[in-house]
Amino acid sequence: MAWGGLKRDHYPMATLRFADEARGLLASRPLANVLAVGLGRSYGTSNTLSGGALLDMTKLDRILSFDHAAGILRAEAGLSLNDALAVIVPCGWFLPTTPGTRFVTLGGAVANDVHGKNHHSAGTLGCHVRALGLLRSGGEMLELRPGDPLFAATIGGLGLTGLILWVEVALSAINGTNVSGERTAFHALDEFMALAAEAEKTFEHTVAWIDCASTGRAFGRGIFEAANWAQGPLGEVHAPAPALSVPVNAPSMTISHPTVRTFNALHFRVKKAKSGPFRQHYSGFFYPLDAIGKWNRLYGARGFHQYQCVIPEREGVAPVRDMLDAITRTGNASFLAVLKRFGARRSPGLLSFPMEGLTLALDFPNRGALTLELLGRLDDIVRAAGGRLYAAKDARMSRAMFESGYPDADAFARFVDPAFSSDFWQAVSR
Amino acid sequence: MARRGTRGTNAARIIVLGATSAIAIQMCRVLARDGAELMLVGRAALRLEAIAADLMARGARACHVSVQDLSLAADAQRLTAGWVANLGGKVDAVYLFFGILGDQEAARSDLAELEAILVTNFTAAAHWCQAAATILEKQKSGGLIAITSVAGDRGRQSNYAYGAAKAGLSVFVEGIAHRLAPSGARAVAVKLGMVETPMTEGRNGASVLRVSPESIATPLARLARGKSKPIIYLPWFWRPAMLAVRALPVSLFHRSRL
Ligand SMILES: Cc1cc2nc3c(=O)[nH]c(=O)nc-3n(C[C@H](O)[C@H](O)[C@H](O)COP(=O)(O)OP(=O)(O)OC[C@H]3O[C@@H](n4cnc5c(N)ncnc54)[C@H](O)[C@@H]3O)c2cc1C
Repeated sequence: MAWGGLKRDHYPMATLRFADEARGLLASRPLANVLAVGLGRSYGTSNTLSGGALLDMTKLDRILSFDHAAGILRAEAGLSLNDALAVIVPCGWFLPTTPGTRFVTLGGAVANDVHGKNHHSAGTLGCHVRALGLLRSGGEMLELRPGDPLFAATIGGLGLTGLILWVEVALSAINGTNVSGERTAFHALDEFMALAAEAEKTFEHTVAWIDCASTGRAFGRGIFEAANWAQGPLGEVHAPAPALSVPVNAPSMTISHPTVRTFNALHFRVKKAKSGPFRQHYSGFFYPLDAIGKWNRLYGARGFHQYQCVIPEREGVAPVRDMLDAITRTGNASFLAVLKRFGARRSPGLLSFPMEGLTLALDFPNRGALTLELLGRLDDIVRAAGGRLYAAKDARMSRAMFESGYPDADAFARFVDPAFSSDFWQAVSR
Repeated sequence: MARRGTRGTNAARIIVLGATSAIAIQMCRVLARDGAELMLVGRAALRLEAIAADLMARGARACHVSVQDLSLAADAQRLTAGWVANLGGKVDAVYLFFGILGDQEAARSDLAELEAILVTNFTAAAHWCQAAATILEKQKSGGLIAITSVAGDRGRQSNYAYGAAKAGLSVFVEGIAHRLAPSGARAVAVKLGMVETPMTEGRNGASVLRVSPESIATPLARLARGKSKPIIYLPWFWRPAMLAVRALPVSLFHRSRL
């Protein structure tokens, strides 16, 4: 099941435990019948396949080699970032970039070409992949490197180009397990733009939380954070498992407009009061949500929609203003709204989501048609601005939206392995 | 093959029979984190090599691999002595993980299937245990830790061949524990409940009772050097659970399809 919890179907699942079993599992599959899945942290339909079989990759999680001196890690695709960090951090290495949760697999992270708070300095994960092993349903075991067209298709390839068996990444060196930086409250989007442009010159990591429930004078306010890795001490690794977990689905009202408004107003005030320099362990900075297991259940049994778009640099901040305007107008509000400027570093991935410009990530409790209508309006703004949506967070992208956002979609389609498919791909491909 | 790492010299030296089992793999990761030196024994060479590389990356001091079909135990004594020699002449724990669930349904009429279940899970296992016991007794230290099953606590129509073999092994190991007591060496039969492994995949049954290999890895690893009773249940709640199952009146039990 995907993380958004919109569909609660269970799919037939085979578990891959050793790489030598993979060929047998793929052999003689009918067309469009199989899809690899990692830890299921994609929210929508890119990790489901109705009527097909899923391959659980999470038990294929061995480290194949770790070069302490050069910082090069080669591991099977099911290794979680959580486990990878436990091994590399004590040796003074970190992932070249990381998404907002460490409970994703290497293979899943490559298939979505994930980005992090350091996108403006590091680009996507795919920029740091040195090689990967891909098994095609025909039985060919390929070792792909940057420059190979199939490599470009597989980075951000949504699991459609075959089974990723292992990945080799170049890590980045750290001198300690803390980050230190600056927290600043802003009261308008233009202010955010100025803060971000300035901070990107000296800070490796930047991100903003934006209060998209407030209107009037509070419209467009938020909290901006910029940080760099701090010096020593090294060795303190994150707690491996969340201390708390949400045991069951919350009643659907838990995250509603009034609660979000109140939460956001409070969050703004608390964080504003904590403005100025801060120093924090990496787990709190990169993975705040990982402290609570299965937090997606807070949205209740109907689940929720995530929505993440990117607006090209040349359009400036105006489209984001229009989107926030549309959201507050409908009385929908998002809790975990995140705003960040992507940098210019290009990923090798054909379908990679990030591009230079502004990315806005939102979440909405699923209220059926009402929610879909709002998302449709956001789509119009994104499309008019020449932007695109992130498949990892999507459960409803239209074919038109996909084609307008991803000009390389046709080139990509030629690399899709005929045995592989996903609900997402069925919806957007021809 | 041996790979060498850089950890301290007080590393635990461990032999793992059946090292490609899902539970063994997770337990070895815990031991590796503490810098253990491991001898991994199993049938599939490539898999053992991959596991060894992973354990080295996770902190093992050294990892050796020996390819051996453990259902054949004729040479148990000599092979075990060889592995101990590879570990530098001393062993802290010998873990026995291998086993097959087999097909109880087929074993009703297919004698070969029945024999495979009994020989692998009991006869061969007993030989390896005996070989380990002899070495530990001479050493006057170290532990034999054999994985058995709660299936051995009451015969059930669905798996009595497997259950009988595991029951036999539990008693065998309990006896070894008695025999070793004066020497200072130890033996433990660990009765596992339901664990999510390829062995149990696709089987239904109360899934709330089923635990992940990860969750029992640490208690298993702790047995390498810690004291323990000759027979333990893992997770612990299987002791009262099996007490209840054994107490079930026949009239009731025979109407169930357990
Ligand atoms: C709290 C939270 C925060 C997040 N923050 C960010 C963020 O900051 N930046 C960002 O980019 N993303 C973010 N994400 C999204 C997440 O990083 C991606 O969805 C990631 O791909 C999930 O990995 P997974 O292992 O769960 O894969 P799944 O969701 O299970 O699968 C994702 C895709 O990978 C494919 N796949 C998985 N394994 C393989 C394999 N071995 N071979 C071939 N294909 C494979 C699947 O087919 C599917 O298309 C976040 C998600 C959550 C829940």
